[in-house]
Amino acid sequence: MNNFQYSRASDVADAIRLLAADPGAKLIAGGTNLIDLMKENVERPSRLIDISRLPLRDIEETADGGLRIGALVPNSDLAYHPLIEQRYPLLASAILAGASAQLRNMASVGGNLMQRTRCPYFYDTTTPCNKRSPGMGCSALDGLNRNHAILGTSESCIATSPSDMGVALAALGALVHIAGRTGDRTIALTDFHRLPGDKPHIDTNLGSGEIITAVELPPQGFARNYSYLKIRDRLSYAFALVSVAAALELEGNAVSEARLALGGVAHKPWRSLEAEAALRGQAATPDHFGRAADLLLQGATARSHNGFKIELARRAIMRTLMQATSATPQSQSHKKIA
Amino acid sequence: MADLTDQIPERISINLVVNGVRRTLEVVPWTTLLDALRDRLELTGTKKGCDHGQCGACTVLIDGRRVNSCLTLAVMKDGAEITTIEGLAKDGTLHPLQQAFIDHDAFQCGYCTPGQICSAAGLLAEGRARDADEIRELMSGNLCRCGAYPNIVAAIEQAMSRS
Repeated sequence: MNNFQYSRASDVADAIRLLAADPGAKLIAGGTNLIDLMKENVERPSRLIDISRLPLRDIEETADGGLRIGALVPNSDLAYHPLIEQRYPLLASAILAGASAQLRNMASVGGNLMQRTRCPYFYDTTTPCNKRSPGMGCSALDGLNRNHAILGTSESCIATSPSDMGVALAALGALVHIAGRTGDRTIALTDFHRLPGDKPHIDTNLGSGEIITAVELPPQGFARNYSYLKIRDRLSYAFALVSVAAALELEGNAVSEARLALGGVAHKPWRSLEAEAALRGQAATPDHFGRAADLLLQGATARSHNGFKIELARRAIMRTLMQATSATPQSQSHKKIA
Repeated sequence: MADLTDQIPERISINLVVNGVRRTLEVVPWTTLLDALRDRLELTGTKKGCDHGQCGACTVLIDGRRVNSCLTLAVMKDGAEITTIEGLAKDGTLHPLQQAFIDHDAFQCGYCTPGQICSAAGLLAEGRARDADEIRELMSGNLCRCGAYPNIVAAIEQAMSRS
């Protein structure tokens, strides 16, 4: 780990001031990803600005019946919060599918959105990586790319977003509240992360000097017909090969509203409005699920080792939609896939 | 060679309550809580396994919550209460989890054991595990290379049934 200066922000405005004063500075909250990356010399901040004591830990109801979640709420507190368990169980399930109990106790909501890819070439400073060192090339394109992206990739980068929470937030239509020097703004979670394009070193649309203050959930929680299914190489404490967040509103056997998002397959949580539209107004049957899966996976391309993900994703989408339809969501403890 | 002296930050004074004892120490900002416990406070019960948050050997309780001390900067925990494996026994009596690990032979080499027991203490406090599947899932952040998992789960079930 490199030497760095340490500052403790007294409030959000102070954090923004400190960021502006030192272009090499980074914010730290839970630190679970940043400290690891610093140990690997992937991140070398000149200063850490400790925001962990800022008062951004509340979960409050919004005027329209949604929830506003402070950026520093620990992942575990969010997953086990009664309002999340009751009204947004898809989000609780996705959070509990990720990391370990210890890491969930440390990691913040804002930090979860800011965590970086776990592509091994990004971590390995002896290999070229456009995300770590722009212009150096991508070692994964023709390397060990079994875990890599099949959607939204570029010739510069095929890394995936590692977040489970983000997949559920994308499906639920969450908003990200941001504060900066020029004021506050709010963007959709699906616009927060970027595709790699020719600038894979820029993960998100958070501007320099900006800070996430909260994540907002719209009122609709899909608390009855939902499931989060995560497929991985071991049953717990592993990143997704493919994960699916599915949420439905059913009237009888007809789908009146549908949400579908994928993890482990792209540089950001992958959602397709077209796939969701194809489910709306249709019967909740395998035929229609298959059509939605095809639309969600439209344009999927494989590299040398990750071709299996396309069919795996298709089957996982079908299974997750069936779990959501029958109101038998995937358990994150009892691993049998119903 | 450039003079780096003025680039090296001052040590920062922090207070920790470790196993009920107030400790004051000066640390450079990049000192992890794990290194502070082991190298500065000589509490070597907490183990350094992977040092990357993947194995759980460094698990301690901060203000009652289990965390990976290897991914925690000591300077950020100024004022916190830390409980390590050395702080679990009370008045010469082993913590019920320590006794259960002995009763069930829940280890072989023992290197992961302090982290397993601190993690299990956090698990019991959280109250979220109700059966063996849930224990397994919520203990998945603690690896045991000897493969003592069945006995670890049995030990935690015993401590849970008696708590």
